[in-house]
Amino acid sequence: MHNLISILSKPDNVPIVLMLVLTIFYTWHSLSRASKNDAQGSPDEAKLSDKVQVWPYLVKVEFLAALLVMAILTVWSITLNAPLEAPANPSLTPNPSKAPWYFLGLQEILVYFDPWIAGVTIPTLIILGLCAIPYIDINPKGNGYYTFRERRFAILTFCFGFLVLWVSLIVLGTFFRGPGWNLFMPWEEWDTHRVVALTNVDWSELFGVSTRRIDDSLNPAAMAIGAATILAWFSLGFIFYFWKRKTDIIRKLGPLRYSIVAALFLIMTALPVKIILRLTLNIKYILVTPWFNV
Amino acid sequence: MLGILDTLREKVQKTEVYKSVFRHNYQDTQRNRALQIVDNVFLHLHPVRISRHATNIGFTWGMGGITFLLFIVLTVTGVILMFYYRPAAEYAYDDMKYLMNDVAFGPLMRNMHRWAAHAMVITVMLHMFRVFLTGSYKAPRQFNWVVGVLLLTLTLFLSFTGYLLPWDQLAIWAVTVGTNMARATPLLGSEGPFGPELGMKINNDVRFVLLGGTQVGPPTLLRFYVLHCIFLPLVGSTLMIVHFWRIRKDGGISGPDPDAKKN
Ligand code: HEM
Repeated sequence: MHNLISILSKPDNVPIVLMLVLTIFYTWHSLSRASKNDAQGSPDEAKLSDKVQVWPYLVKVEFLAALLVMAILTVWSITLNAPLEAPANPSLTPNPSKAPWYFLGLQEILVYFDPWIAGVTIPTLIILGLCAIPYIDINPKGNGYYTFRERRFAILTFCFGFLVLWVSLIVLGTFFRGPGWNLFMPWEEWDTHRVVALTNVDWSELFGVSTRRIDDSLNPAAMAIGAATILAWFSLGFIFYFWKRKTDIIRKLGPLRYSIVAALFLIMTALPVKIILRLTLNIKYILVTPWFNV
Repeated sequence: MLGILDTLREKVQKTEVYKSVFRHNYQDTQRNRALQIVDNVFLHLHPVRISRHATNIGFTWGMGGITFLLFIVLTVTGVILMFYYRPAAEYAYDDMKYLMNDVAFGPLMRNMHRWAAHAMVITVMLHMFRVFLTGSYKAPRQFNWVVGVLLLTLTLFLSFTGYLLPWDQLAIWAVTVGTNMARATPLLGSEGPFGPELGMKINNDVRFVLLGGTQVGPPTLLRFYVLHCIFLPLVGSTLMIVHFWRIRKDGGISGPDPDAKKN
């Protein structure tokens, strides 16, 4: 309990609690508006389509919102001091060393992937993937009102990425990771000396093919298994394409947009797959090469 | 008493000075409500009339506007902090101590700057979430969504560069953890795939450029300071101008297509 209070009362963790509360509230709020709209067939927003004057109808709302935000911010700033710890000391590494809270999801992924994936490739793909959304989502419905039924796939995919892979991993990194980046329950005391035995194996070793040969050089057979597995994963995209290519959606999407959707989707879903493989089978790498590991 | 005030107001409103500033009187007429928006450089970011659903806080959550408000708060408090802060390793931490202990309203300004920064990261994420859920990135607003993604990235960079400036343990280690990633950049990092093959070493790769050294040190502090106080705010403001202008040009806040046949 003591530890939970000390995590919660860390001033820099207050925003995470705020984020969590707001995210849950707004998810519930939009889903209930969406289901109401879906149930009645025409969205509530369409009933309010008459024009009003910005002064005072909008300016009033903006003014009140600004007042409320400033009031909250002022009280927050009077009651809670920004942290200032001991002066910077490059030779004294704190344990655990945590990135700022908004990057903790990425730091969490670092447990399961090498830095070139978790720290560079995934953030780049998140940014590019977000930019691509308007161009790959060609469903014209659900523009400008809350709905779920009309855009099921889009909303489920985005919510999975945002709520599960981003927000929850931040919460995990803040409340459940302690010294040595080991897993602790939030109310558990942090034991700096805890050592977790690592019995990780590589994917090919599940099939009895060891990653390295006796002379410590990489085993081509293991590499082949790894590469084949990754190819098989991405070929799901091709299989789905040939299975569904006659459907309206796939036809309208066209091969280029379809490839981008499939690639982004398969990369995104590969994250939890690898996490589960690690947690259940202790898989470290799927593919080991002289230049990089996946 | 009120009579005197009324005559006074009438007198003042007839003066040349008053008229030169305000241009129109304050009678509650349609025309004056419109002029109130159009005659004011700040308010005229708005259209004069909008559809009623767009004034509904449950639709937009006001998140874009709150993000912008927090950006303004950060600019004001940030300028005040700059009066007391020197971005050199010898001074930075002591300046923070001084600010927190001896400057009138110093703690309030610093706290506000920090909490508004965290809050802005939250509100910008929620704003994106709202825009996604109302499908507002669809035609014709595709490009404004992309501008938004750039603004999101920029907000995170602003927050991250600012995190280093207190120059305490929290600051340098969080930034060390964050920037260590750059080592692993494919092709450009000394430990990234194909980096060593291309001649990347710890003292010439992309992380070295970012930090101005092989570890987080005084040159990093100066670099992050300049990025945080000058470069990123300028880019951010520019993008916000584009973002707001685009909202108008794309037809205002999104809403159901009025021509769609009601089913
Ligand atoms: C510094 C960051 C940002 C600021 C200050 C900002 C500000 C605003 C404001 C004031 C609006 C008006 C409606 C509202 O309040 O919701 C708006 C709308 C919009 N924003 Fe942002 N925004 C930011 C970041 C983003 C991000 C990250 C995205 C998406 C990735 C985005 C995409 C959009 C789009 C598409 C609209 C039009 C929405 C509609 O018509 O319903 N913006 N923004």
